[in-house]
Amino acid sequence: METRNRTAGRGIRGDPDGRSGTEAASASKWEALAASTEFRRLITAKRNFIIPAVVFFLVYYFALPLGNGLAPSLMNTKIIGNINLAYLFALSEFVMAWILAAVYIRRANRVFDPLAEAVRRLAARMGLGS
Amino acid sequence: MTTTLWITAIVVAITLGITIWAARQTRTTVQFYAAGRKIKGWQNGLAIAGDYMSAASFLGIAGLIAFNGYDGFMYSVGWLVAYLTVLLLIAEPIRNTGKYTMADVLSYRMSAGPTRSAAAISTLAVSGFYMIAQMVGAGVVLHLLVPGFSFQLAVVIVGVLMIGYVVLGGMIATTWVQIVKATLLMAGAVLLSIMVLSHFGFNPVRFFDAIAKVVDTKSKLNFTQPGILYPHGKHVFLGPLTLDKSTIENVSLGMALIFGTAGLPHILMRFYTVPTARAARNSVGWAMGLIGAFYVMTTFLGFGAAVLVGKAKIGNTNLAAPKLAEFLGGGPNSFGGELLLGFISAVAFATILAVVAGLTLAASSAFAHDFWMNVIRGGKESESEQVTVARIAAVGVGVIAVLVAINLPTANAAQLVAAAFAVASSGNLPVILFTLFWKRFNTVGAVCGLIGGTAVSILLIVLGPGLNTVPAAHPAFALSNPGIVSIPLGFIFAIVGTYIGEALGGDQRAKAMYPEIAVRSQTGVGAEPSSVVEERIPAAV
Repeated sequence: METRNRTAGRGIRGDPDGRSGTEAASASKWEALAASTEFRRLITAKRNFIIPAVVFFLVYYFALPLGNGLAPSLMNTKIIGNINLAYLFALSEFVMAWILAAVYIRRANRVFDPLAEAVRRLAARMGLGS
Repeated sequence: MTTTLWITAIVVAITLGITIWAARQTRTTVQFYAAGRKIKGWQNGLAIAGDYMSAASFLGIAGLIAFNGYDGFMYSVGWLVAYLTVLLLIAEPIRNTGKYTMADVLSYRMSAGPTRSAAAISTLAVSGFYMIAQMVGAGVVLHLLVPGFSFQLAVVIVGVLMIGYVVLGGMIATTWVQIVKATLLMAGAVLLSIMVLSHFGFNPVRFFDAIAKVVDTKSKLNFTQPGILYPHGKHVFLGPLTLDKSTIENVSLGMALIFGTAGLPHILMRFYTVPTARAARNSVGWAMGLIGAFYVMTTFLGFGAAVLVGKAKIGNTNLAAPKLAEFLGGGPNSFGGELLLGFISAVAFATILAVVAGLTLAASSAFAHDFWMNVIRGGKESESEQVTVARIAAVGVGVIAVLVAINLPTANAAQLVAAAFAVASSGNLPVILFTLFWKRFNTVGAVCGLIGGTAVSILLIVLGPGLNTVPAAHPAFALSNPGIVSIPLGFIFAIVGTYIGEALGGDQRAKAMYPEIAVRSQTGVGAEPSSVVEERIPAAV
């Protein structure tokens, strides 16, 4: 019942920018929840992991096409037989992606999920999140 | 020839059987679009892998490597690393805030009518490009198996089959077809890789010695060296800058691949089939393991075809993997050759059917759920009517894709799909990210980003040399990969639109709803439950 009401509430308004009284009241509750210590703690923990992780993988990834384009003789350096740096670097991208994904999933399951659970409990106490 | 046909027929029969089974379980919208949200994490991981490793991966990349060496392998690398964007930024928020489509997330804050209409357009554009690529691949393979079937007839047969899967079985059938297909595809790739390596005494160094002996006639580079697909020494002019064209093409391709996956509607939709954000996250982990393993094996498929079969005997770029299988089995017209060709072609065929079914489902849900139900009918529509409209839309989308694909028999599947990624990364991703993470973002910004990003990327693809839409000597736009221009433009459209929206009087709802979507997307407060709970709703109303 609740799920349906919420969906209808955001889907079918005649005046898209207008807000009914109850929605304004619930919006201020959401603001309070967003400002809560529990939520700030989750967001800080996630941000401290995710932003450096994204920057790292973007730099690592784009180093490959940039290297291939700008330093072809370096990338053509043969490492083992005819296996060159360009191919080994490409292979290392796979390893990098797997490791970073595994580290994130582990961190999220162990650290972020309990923090999110605390926010969900708070939300339930505030009567939010049907 | 009969052996190959029989194997293909058996695979198709298995998938049809799954569809008929699934059709009995598909009544409500949550079952049709999201398989009741009851798919397990590892199952969804297999299905994501099945949805993602399309004709472009299996036939397209193998062909690009077989014809261009190392540069083709860059597609493999980009397509795996792209999942880090999905995992770190997109998968969990999408599961937490959406219901069936990408537009559900956007319309959380934005006004439903314009945003859903714009999102439906971009979804149809992305899925359309992607689907055409699959159809072309399927047509080529079927034509190879049965020379009596023309390419055109083959495309029509694939079209009819995939429409059948979606119309009858919805997401439940699509998911299981993808799981079966992913398993078959991995088995096929492992088998071929082992057979290729056996020709070189299982010694990678000897394998690379052979690859280094394959030399591109034009550039004089050998196949282990970058620079064949996008040759060094040419320049492009971007404003005042003169840049090396090879570098720009590769970076631009990389941008489209890395940022495009997170904007693909048919992949995003898969996250609605699992019960929780945690399951969505774990499913990406499973998918990355499988997809990565497969893409590493494209080394053996692609370079193997280059070394053992050769460009001249392969002919069409999409046929490198099937021709390699035929060679490894013992050559044309030998029993082993026919058998292995049949198996690999059946795998390719199942691959294409599964992907096209996922695409058709995404496209038809964009039409039925976003456009028909929420825009035309103002959200007041019965469950059964919505499923019916989605089924009719699936037929429409399929027919259009067939009609376009019939006219593109020689296009490379991977390059066609790369075009879809350019559209997804320029049109969809900026708007999804801003909706989740930018407080000032508003409806005008969302519509400008979706329409502007989609339009500019399609325009640059059509004007560029990639799809041979203009005479290759004088393309109006120099790059085959427009991402480096169209992705920043997509973000700029969304930002400029936001400021225009503010100048027009602001969008109070978009601002007021921001704290709610910020909390919901990161925590899963009030996320859509599995259908155990949802099924009670019609009875209660």
